[in-house]
Formats: sequence, C-alpha cells, structure tokens
Amino acid sequence: MMNTETVDVVIIGGGIQGCATAWNLAKQGISCVVLEKDHVARHASGVNAGGVRRLGRHLAEVPLSQRASEIWPQLDELLDADTGFKASRQIKVAENEADMAMLSKRVEDVRAMGFNHETLIGQQALRSLLPAVSPHCVGGILVEGDGSAIPYKTTTAFARAAQRKGARILEGHPVTAISSNGNGWEVNTPQQTFKCQALVNCAGAWGDKIASMVGDHTLLTPTALMLMITQRMPRFMEGVVGAANRPLSFKQFHNGTVLIGGGCQGFADRDNNQAQVDMHGLARYAKNACAIFPLMDQARIVRSWAGLEGVTPDKIPVLGPGAKPGVFHAFGFSAHGYQLGPVIGETLAALVQNNPLPFSIEPFRYNRF
Amino acid sequence: MFHDISHASRQPCVSLLLDGKSIAVPAGYTVAAALLTQHRRHNRTSPVSGAPRGPFCLMGGCFECLVEIDGVSNRQACMVEVREGMNVCTQQGAGELTTDPETLSYEV
Amino acid sequence: MKYDLVIIGAGPAGMSAAVEACNLGLSCLLLDEQPRGGGQIYRNVGRQTPKGKELLGPEYQAGLPLLKAFELSNCKHVAGASVWQISAQGEVFYSVAGTSNAVTAEKVLITTGAQERPMPIPGWTLPGVMTAGGAQILLKSPGLAADEAVFAGCGPLLYLVVWQYLKAGVKVKAVLDTTPRSNYLKAAKEWRAALAGRSYLKKGIKLLRDIKSAGIPIYKEVNRIAAIADEARSLGTVSFCTPKAELQIETQHLFLHQGIIPQVNLAMASGCEHHWSTQQLCWTPKVDDWGQSSQQRILISGDGLSIGGAVAASLRGKLAALQVGYENGKLSVQQRDTRGQPIRRLLAKELAFRPFIDTLYRPAEQFRKPVENEVVVCRCEEILLKDIKSAVENGCMGPNQLKSFTRCGMGPCQGRQCGNTVTELMADLSGNPVEETGYYRLRAPVKPLNLSELASLYDEH
Repeated sequence: MMNTETVDVVIIGGGIQGCATAWNLAKQGISCVVLEKDHVARHASGVNAGGVRRLGRHLAEVPLSQRASEIWPQLDELLDADTGFKASRQIKVAENEADMAMLSKRVEDVRAMGFNHETLIGQQALRSLLPAVSPHCVGGILVEGDGSAIPYKTTTAFARAAQRKGARILEGHPVTAISSNGNGWEVNTPQQTFKCQALVNCAGAWGDKIASMVGDHTLLTPTALMLMITQRMPRFMEGVVGAANRPLSFKQFHNGTVLIGGGCQGFADRDNNQAQVDMHGLARYAKNACAIFPLMDQARIVRSWAGLEGVTPDKIPVLGPGAKPGVFHAFGFSAHGYQLGPVIGETLAALVQNNPLPFSIEPFRYNRF
Repeated sequence: MFHDISHASRQPCVSLLLDGKSIAVPAGYTVAAALLTQHRRHNRTSPVSGAPRGPFCLMGGCFECLVEIDGVSNRQACMVEVREGMNVCTQQGAGELTTDPETLSYEV
Repeated sequence: MKYDLVIIGAGPAGMSAAVEACNLGLSCLLLDEQPRGGGQIYRNVGRQTPKGKELLGPEYQAGLPLLKAFELSNCKHVAGASVWQISAQGEVFYSVAGTSNAVTAEKVLITTGAQERPMPIPGWTLPGVMTAGGAQILLKSPGLAADEAVFAGCGPLLYLVVWQYLKAGVKVKAVLDTTPRSNYLKAAKEWRAALAGRSYLKKGIKLLRDIKSAGIPIYKEVNRIAAIADEARSLGTVSFCTPKAELQIETQHLFLHQGIIPQVNLAMASGCEHHWSTQQLCWTPKVDDWGQSSQQRILISGDGLSIGGAVAASLRGKLAALQVGYENGKLSVQQRDTRGQPIRRLLAKELAFRPFIDTLYRPAEQFRKPVENEVVVCRCEEILLKDIKSAVENGCMGPNQLKSFTRCGMGPCQGRQCGNTVTELMADLSGNPVEETGYYRLRAPVKPLNLSELASLYDEH
C-alpha cells in the first residue's frame, strides 16, 4: 500500500515559482511539499539569462513586476543566501527612427499607468552609457535599478530557505495522477500519495498537462529557448542590453564572459526532457549581437544551451485559480518569469489563503484562450 | 629547451614578430613549435589568476596555448602554422579587443 | 550538397572508412581540423624526415599506405575544419579559416579518436608541464625534443616516447613510473591476453631493456608527484615519492601520461548515449557491432569507441563503412556480413591484448582522483579540489550542478581536461556509482567558435 501523507499545500514544480511559493507559505506556518520531477532549477529556472527586469513588460505584468523589483534587492538577506543579484541598468536599443517611435509610445503608455521606471534616451546618452554600441544606434529605453541574478543560485536559495522554514522539497517525484476527494486533493507520485487542501501548479513547460489533470484546459506550447555564452573578454559594457526590433538579450558578467539570448527557439521535446539548439537561430543571435556591438565579432562562443519553457498564445502567464476550489496555477511565463518569481510566490501564498491582492490578475485567467 | 632533432634542412624560413621581436622560423612549424624553440615557456597569462600558462597537449584540446595572432586573440598556437609577416603576441588574460574589427584576419 | 557519409577525423579509423566507403560507391566527405591527414598517431606521416622515420618506427610508417589510399580515393577532404555541431536532422556545421559552412549527411561517422587521460598533480598547470602525447606530437612534427626532461606516469606510450627520445640521441633525465605494484600481480592473471598480444609484449620488453641499458634512471611505484615552480613561475623542480624515498629532480620539462581515453565531446553533444567502462575507466559510447550509436544518423568508430590502437581503429573504420554501405543499398546484408567477417577476426586479435594492458597500466587512484586540496582540477577556470569539496558539502551532487556552483567545466576546453577527473571525484564524494553520477551535459559548439563565424551562417541562409 502506498504511503500517504497529508499537508496543507502541494506545489507541483521546483522552479523559481514553486520554490518561492513554498518559502512564502512555509514562513507563514503553512505546511507544504514541493513535488519536482527532476531536480530544483533543472529547467527554465536554472538555465535562463538571469535578467531581472521591469523593462519592456506587457502592460498587464507591470504592476507585478514593479512589486517584484521591490523584493529583489532584499532577497539575499531574506533568504540568507547569495542569489547573485546585482542591480544594473537595462537598456533597449533603438536602431532607427521607427524603433524610436515605437519605444516612445511604449514609455508614454507605461507612464500613463502611473509607473515611471522607463525613460526614453537619445543617442548621446546611449553612447555615454554604452561606449561600445554601434554608431548607427539612435537611442533607447533605459531602466535604472533593474538588474540580473544567477538563476540557479536564486532558485536554490528559495528552496533552501523554504526547507529551513519546514517546507519539504522532493526531487525525482513526478506527479502521475491527481484526484479530488471531496475535501481537497489527492496527488500521486510513484513513491507516495499526498493529500492536501490546496494544489499549486508551477509546472512550467508541463503546466498545461498538470492543469488537465484537474480538469482545467488551457493552451501552452513547450518551447526550447536558446542562450549562448562566450569565453572571457575584457570588460566593455555595463548592464543588460536588448534591441527594440531584433531578438537579442545581451549582458557581460563580472568575469568577462558575455551571455547572449533573446527568445530564439530551438527544438523542444518535453516528453524526453530534451531541448536542442538550432544553429540557425544561434546564428541570428550572433548577427544581432555583432550588429549592436561590432566588437563582438571577436567573441568566441564556448557553449550554447536551451531551456524548456512554456509559452502561451498571448505570451503572458497563466496565473490564478482554476475552476475547482483549491487549485491555483502559475505557469506559461513565456521566457520572462524569472524576475516575477518573488511576487508570484507572494501572490500564490495570498491566493491559497484567500487574501486580497494589490493588483489585478484578471488578464492571466487560465481559460482566456 | 626544445631543439630540432630531425637533422633535416629547414629551408625556407619565415620571419615573424614575436612580442615585437623579429624571429626566423622554419616554414611548416606551428606557432607553438616556434614559441618552444624560441625558449618561450609561457604564451599567455590566465584570465582567472594571472598565472603564466604554456602549451600542454599540443593537439588542440586544452586551450592553454592561446596567443594573439595578427590582432586576433584566443588563437590556438598549436593549430596555426607560421606565415611570413605574422604578428604573434603573448595573450594577457582574456586578451584585447580591437575596436576596428575590419582589420582582423582569420587566415590560417 | 548532401553526402551519403560525412566522416569527422582523419586518423586511421576515418581514413579507412573513407577508402572503404568510396570503394562502395558512397559519396563521402571527411572533415578534419589538422592541416593534413593522419590524425594523432600518423601525424605528418606523409612528409616525415628520414631521421623521423627511423625513430618513429615501422608501426608509424604503416600509416603511409593508408594515407596515400585516402588521398587517392574519391573522398572529399576538408582540412582545417573545426566541427561545431551535428544536428538531429543530419546537418554538420563547421568552419574553416573563419568561415562557417553547413553540409547535410545521410550518415555521420565520428572518428575523432582519443585524448590523454587527465593527470591532475599539484603544479600541473605550470609552463613546462606537458603530456607525453604532446612530446610525441612535437617529435612527429616538426621534429623537436626537450633536453633533460622527466617523464612521469604509466602506460605503453610513456616508455615509447622515452625510447624514441633515446633513438633521437636525446637523453631523458628520469622516468617516474606510477604503475602500482599490485597491478603486476593482477596483470599476470591476464596471461592469456598477454599471450595473444605477445608481439606487442616483446616490443615493449625490448623498449624497457634499451631504456635501462642507456642508464636512464627509472623510479618505480611512484605514488606522489608534484611540479614546483621556479622564480619565473614556470616548472623548475619535480618532487616525488616512492615507497622508499622522497626525491626531487630539477627540470624545466615534465611530460605526464597515464593512458588515453576516448574524446567524447562531439558524440555526447550530438546526443549519443555513453556508459562508463570500468575496464578502461572512461566514458565509452553505446554502439552496436558496426558502430551504430543511439542516434540514428551517427556511427562512431576508432579509439573513440574504446582504446584499441591504430590497427584496431582502421579495422573498426572499415566495419562502419560496410554498415553505411548496407544501409545505403550498396550491399546486401549477406555481403556486408561476409566482408565483415575477416575484419572482425583481425579486430578480435588486435583487441585480445587489451585486458592485459588495461590491467597492468590501470592508473592509481590518487592520480585519477587527487587528494591534495590545492590541486587544480579545472585548468581553464582554476577550480581547486577544495572548491569541489565545498560545493559537495553545499549539496552539489553531480558534474552539472558543480558547473552551476563553481564554473568547473565552463572554460574553453569544454571539460576535456577535467571531465574524467570530475566524474570520478563526484562519484566518490557523493557516494554514488560513476554511471549514475554522469558527465557534463555537453552542447554545441563542440569547439569554441567565433561569433563572426556563427553570424556568417545566418547570412548564407
């Protein structure tokens, strides 16, 4: 007979969303267990670009992102760990007047919502912030006080902190079945069964599969998002840089290596935990990187990789309650969930306890498609 | 010190610059062989600690023999044959970036 | 252009496969990163000096007819080609002189051969410390030898190079033999294998006799070695211990060797499954009798399968070509099997000696898994043993987590010089079997690649 255990909350998925939720619940004395089919931070949460940005978010996400940005600088202290967080500016570069017009409109829209973190800058300001930028770039959007962190470290920090507060994190525990038993949920793994009042679905690229198990049908495409990293180079830039009109996310670490990403897709095979890079996509990153920073011609790529992530049709997450009582979803972060981790943990903990939220999550309903 | 034991006639020689000094090296030598016969023990300093590093595996698998050749950093000396007029420099740490990429040549 | 077969690596396996494939009428391309064919073992065999031919011996010279046959075949040979990736769709990406290329292959044969097993001793990153394989490469091309060198480690190649130095008139200062005493007794149990390879055995014994007669000091059962810096922060002294003594030798050249292991990077990055060989203490690909890997498009041959030597590699290359010929419809299954039979017989003979050699020269634990905390395990990123121990104490369970914690394995060599060590160390420290501990999750590009080269791929498409 299978060993059965009862907890208040079962969280499915040991990425940053799941671990941040576990920490938020555990420090409020709510018992929870995280069921992770591989190991903590194995997928998107361990291999993303580490960008901690409010810049460029879908307007629906802006209030959440703003709240997350208040938590990030305190995380090392809150979690008693090294998340690798460093405040740094983020810049989205405009290459021509059309780009500038687009960015200008964006800044207006964000300010109209009451948020002032994004500033439009001209060519001179851009050049003084990024001396190595290509001469054809005409300006951009600047956000001071954004930053970057080390995804593996941050996710592990949340997990450890949650464990210290009494949460249990079980690796190698895939969820095989979920059923409702009138007074909550029963969740099965090959090793044991868990009974809980609330179920939180943070299953990332597998989020729709878990959602189906509780009868919530939604749309998610598993994708393999690619990144590549160079050998060490002399320091030539500060902050994280993107481009207005090409897939590009670009940052140089303190040790001199440069990380290049931007949302180009490789080949995803989530059933086999496989994410393969597509060289042609990487070639596109390479071209974009060299276009924005000509000296990147001399960079040498040492490694590329792809992380499995779930993408929704409108590229904003599924966040909020499911149809049945005691089910809450947070997945489909479409390649920009990392910065939101701290606020998602807060939000899910609040939802589980039926506490009010300071912002609307209406745009993120699971059944909006 | 490494010396030539082949008793073979080593003509022609090519002349190249090694850290600014002009040297003559038999054609067919790799840059690594040139460094070793010039009694140069290290070709770079580590970007992590600054420690001097020299060639190690001689077959392209260790990335210790990195030098700057004709302005391009991180060239493996054991994989590049010497050429007339080549400009070889010890690589300091992560190397240098030229701000004029048009001047770079990857000629082998 | 689509090829029936793309071969990567121009050593004996690759060249033999190319010749056989072309004879079968397959369209064939061979990519190799060196300027000329021959791989490591037959390096420069096409242009060797008379003195070189003399000291490198008949076994090396045996590569010449193979090289000539390869050059005369219809196989297109691209030299100086650095392969970055083989995609699941059969695209092979590579660059030559800073320009990128992509070709499509029906089948790909990986014959990238072997590399030196890492031998992480204290001070092994000092300038002046190299591999014995590296010393032999310099002998082969352009014909260089180091004065007053110390050779240290175990394995047939170590003594071979010392002997070749002797023939070249260059005296070696000392040989530090790290073969553990217990290996001799265990190897004696493999007498059948020794008998099967008696011609190799005889050659080996003669080598050792010549070295001894030349008065080169040979220290046996060396159980500890350290390379010590001089004022120029390069190698100045080698200190070592035998059961009887602690000694020091001044030298500027230390050549290390403790056997060779398959180069796994391209095969692993392409998704080919591997397993840990307890006989050879290395990762070897899972293949069938013909070299077919777990990836449908990819076969693997030569020393990249398991260490067997040049003759075995050549035979294995032929078998792989026969299989590709059969899959391509050039041969029936009976024809493939009939042609394969005599090759297999010869291959079995070649490999029969291995159990003896692998047992006799099984490297000692402390030279595979260093014990001194200050030893550099990851040369590129200068990660020390104590850093690895600290990561394990913080919950790090395997090589990939170690990468995330410490940057170990993230440098330009892409784990080639530390991977084997890290696998065995992590297995020990975490208390898990090696097979379960695994290896670095390797990815493209398989050799570092210039961004401009990569970008040029986008232009073409």
